[in-house]
Amino acid sequence: MNINYDQANKLLTFEITEEIDHCGVEKIKRRVDNEIERYIPQNVIFDFDQVSFMDSAGIGMLIGRYKVAKMLGSNMELINVKPNIRKIFEMSGIPKIIKINQGGVN
Amino acid sequence: MKTKYDNEMNLEILSKSCNEAFARIAVAAFVSGLDPTIEEISDIKTAVSEAVTNSIIHGYENSEGIIKINCKIDKRKIIIEISDTGKGIENIEIAKEPLYTTKPELERSGMGFTIMESFMDELKIESILGLGTKVTMMKTIKENTLD
Ligand SMILES: Nc1ncnc2c1ncn2[C@@H]1O[C@H](COP(=O)(O)OP(=O)(O)OP(=O)(O)O)[C@@H](O)[C@H]1O
Ligand SMILES: [Mg+2]
Repeated sequence: MNINYDQANKLLTFEITEEIDHCGVEKIKRRVDNEIERYIPQNVIFDFDQVSFMDSAGIGMLIGRYKVAKMLGSNMELINVKPNIRKIFEMSGIPKIIKINQGGVN
Repeated sequence: MKTKYDNEMNLEILSKSCNEAFARIAVAAFVSGLDPTIEEISDIKTAVSEAVTNSIIHGYENSEGIIKINCKIDKRKIIIEISDTGKGIENIEIAKEPLYTTKPELERSGMGFTIMESFMDELKIESILGLGTKVTMMKTIKENTLD
C-alpha cells in the first residue's frame, strides 16, 4: 500500500496494491487507521487501481474505515474501482454509504 | 483415483489465512483448461475465497483444522466442494441472509454466502452442528464463441 498525504489540500490517499482478503486485511486496517488518526484529513481516498482481487473482507474493512473517518470528520471516496470489485460493492450496498468516483466515463 | 468426471482434483489445506490465496489460485488454475473468461475466473476465485475464509474464521474459529477442497469438471460444468470439520451452522437459512454475521466484532459484513450464490450458478450448504460444514458450488463455463 502506498500512502500519500497532500498537506495543502488535507487529502490522504491510500493506493492499495495488495489483494484484499481475510489474510491481508488486518494489516491494511491498522495502517489506514493510524494514518487517518495522525493527519485527521479533510478527505480520504482509496485508490483501487492496483487491486486485482477483493472478497467480502474488503466490505467490512471499508465500512469500518468509513466509521473511523466519519468520527473524525473526514470524507471518504473510492476511485478506479474495476468491474469485478464494483460488482461486490453494489451487492453489499456500499455505494449508498461511500462515494465511488469513476472519473469521467462510466 | 477413479472418477466418472472429465477431471478431478483434491486439495487439503491447514486452516491458515495465508492459504486462502493458494486455494483460490489452485482452483482457478485447475479450471483454466475450460477457457473461462476473466470475469468467470474472478467470480470463481471470489467464491472459493469466501468458502475457505468461512471455514477458517467460523468453522475452526482460528484454531487449527483441515479444509478439504474437491473440484470436478463435467463437460463444461465445474463442481467445487469445500468442507471443514468445525463447529457447524445452527440455522442455514438465517446464515444465508445478506448482512447476517455472527462475527460483527471482526468487521465481517455477512455477505459471503450472498456472493457465493450470485457468482456461481448453484450453491448448496450442508452442515451439522458440532460436526462441520460442506459447501458445494457449481458453475457452467460458457462456450467461447469468439475464436
Ligand atoms: N464453515 C462455517 N462453519 C460455521 N459457521 C459458518 C460457516 N460458514 C458460514 N458460517 C456462519 O454463517 C454466517 C454467514 O456467513 P457469510 O459468509 O455469509 O458472512 P460472514 O462470514 O459472517 O461475513 P463476510 O463473509 O461478509 O465477511 C457466518 O457469520 C457464520 O455464523
Ligand atoms: Mg464469510
